[in-house]
Amino acid sequence: MNLQVAMLLGQSGITSGAVYALLALAILLVFSVTRILLIPQGEFVSFAALTMAAMQEGRPVRLGWLLGALCLAAVAMDLIASVRARRRPAVSRPTLWLCAWAAAATALSMLLPLAALGHAVQALVTIALIVPLGPLLYRVCFQPVAAAHALVLLVISIAAHVALVGIALFIFGPEGARTEPFSDAVFTVGPALIQSQTLWVVAVSALLVGLLYVGFERHLYGKALRATAVDRLGAELVGISPDLAGRVSLAVAAFIGALSGVLIAPIITIYFDSGFIISLKGFVGALIGGLASYPLAALGALVVGQAESFATFWASAYKEVIVFTLLIPVLLWRSLARTGVEDEE
Amino acid sequence: MTTPLLLEVRGLSVAYGQVEAVSDVSIAVGAGEIVTVIGRNGAGKTTLLSAIMGILPSRGAVRFAGEAVAPFAIGERVGRGLCLVPEHRALFGSMTVADNLALGAFRHGADERRASQDEMFALFPRLAERRSQLAATLSGGERQMLALARALMGRPRLLMLDEPSLGLAPLIVRDVFRIVAELRERGVAILLVEQNARAALAVADRAYVLELGRVALEGPAAELARDPRVAASYLGIGGRHRDGPPDALNPTPRMSYTASEPPGAGPTATPRPGEDKRP
Ligand SMILES: Nc1ncnc2c1ncn2[C@@H]1O[C@H](COP(=O)(O)OP(=O)(O)O)[C@@H](O)[C@H]1O
Ligand SMILES: [Mg+2]
Repeated sequence: MNLQVAMLLGQSGITSGAVYALLALAILLVFSVTRILLIPQGEFVSFAALTMAAMQEGRPVRLGWLLGALCLAAVAMDLIASVRARRRPAVSRPTLWLCAWAAAATALSMLLPLAALGHAVQALVTIALIVPLGPLLYRVCFQPVAAAHALVLLVISIAAHVALVGIALFIFGPEGARTEPFSDAVFTVGPALIQSQTLWVVAVSALLVGLLYVGFERHLYGKALRATAVDRLGAELVGISPDLAGRVSLAVAAFIGALSGVLIAPIITIYFDSGFIISLKGFVGALIGGLASYPLAALGALVVGQAESFATFWASAYKEVIVFTLLIPVLLWRSLARTGVEDEE
Repeated sequence: MTTPLLLEVRGLSVAYGQVEAVSDVSIAVGAGEIVTVIGRNGAGKTTLLSAIMGILPSRGAVRFAGEAVAPFAIGERVGRGLCLVPEHRALFGSMTVADNLALGAFRHGADERRASQDEMFALFPRLAERRSQLAATLSGGERQMLALARALMGRPRLLMLDEPSLGLAPLIVRDVFRIVAELRERGVAILLVEQNARAALAVADRAYVLELGRVALEGPAAELARDPRVAASYLGIGGRHRDGPPDALNPTPRMSYTASEPPGAGPTATPRPGEDKRP
């Protein structure tokens, strides 16, 4: 391997590492706020990539069906919940907002001549379609059992993932898709060729990490999410509803997933079931951070990206094995050092 | 009682599985009143407050400000002015004092939040000095102050305090109770749950004695403090007729008490408020 190849591999590792880092942050956020290990995180990625590809090829975007079904389910569950609590049957305000948002995004995706419009519009509409999936998923799958044991939440999470993969096959078909890069420009810096897509990915990821940081440090809602993660009862006692925290964290996770999908779609071919393996690498990153520290999780994800990239060069057939084998020493070391998240009682 | 009822609990029972920890308890708190519930460790005090707050499911009726609260989740009760400072304080340890306070007013607008925060810093100057310190690094007394201040940020009409003196040094306990008394001046009603009966009875208007999940005695705090059974069991005073006439309250004892304090704790015994009575 010469320097040029190493630079190329490093660059590809940084690109995917940045995306894994975003996913690691999303997984960690959802886990610490809701105790849900969000296996369907990867579906936000693949749904976004496939939606954007469909737009570019001028095919109809059929995500509206899924959104509509989830909205109906959410409305029905709200009604049932209000009757059970011996109240007047009513649909909660957040559910109404979600339905309105989903309807507006769907209408946009059907009415706009998306194939003719630029990348930016396509990306925005894609993200607008994916974001409500997160809170809707929370309302329908997790909110009714929010107080259950973390294992129950995990089982539901896996079930939701399997269901969403099936739905993806139905909506998007079995073919893989790749979108056009945002720009084809290539820069040479010294001995290295730098693709502009890499710069896009790194810049957008860095921007998002910065935004998340500011949001969680400065904004009251960000602080409320952190507070819920620190002390769930304490948060409830100051009036932060755990349902609100769940919906907001899932919305952020869906947003991060959608953005990752848009970023990564020009680089790798995405199939209906590609999301899982991508988010699994984010998860490995989060685990390296002990499912507790955001900077460590992001760092871990960057390491995963590099390991994967170089493994592709040396032993392409075994690259996934190599990446996931990374976990073993980390887990061993973590369990010996006894840091990180303790098991629930 | 002349004041309108703010909190009315009637026939409340709470069970952990088969075991009833609170049985058929009825208590009331009027607007602007300080009411205390005293009882030993394990009497069911925390369970009672948790049920009122909606943390635990219960049977019986709880009305707050004339409204049955059964359909409301914790957050909605908070929104109506019912607040709890739990036994373990439930602070956000990895966040700053200022952030803890800000979140206390989560349901209020930004202006109101700022005004409440200034008010709290005036009431607790200690917290103002430590506003950018992490809550987990505060001393026990400061943590209790922060817990109080955070609850007050939500502008409660009734503040329920679960053993605010627990684990604090006597001097700090005095501070805490001074602030509790001050809150009444601000029109905040208080339901104070305590093992530290002497301090609680001194500050309260009315009191209930909780034994094994039932209300054993109730009455004006001053009268209960003179009641020989309370004196013997909760104030560490051995002599039955030491503090007033024995017939001040209902003369038939509803239950028998076992002397809990060592015989050395005679009439001159000082209270030991800061002591944690747990093993
Ligand atoms: N989570 C629980 N599960 C089962 N029993 C409990 C639980 N919490 C409290 N208890 C029991 O309920 C009774 C009342 O407890 P608690 O309300 O904490 O008393 P207090 O606050 O007066 O010390 C005790 O006998 C205690 O052992
Ligand atoms: Mg208790």
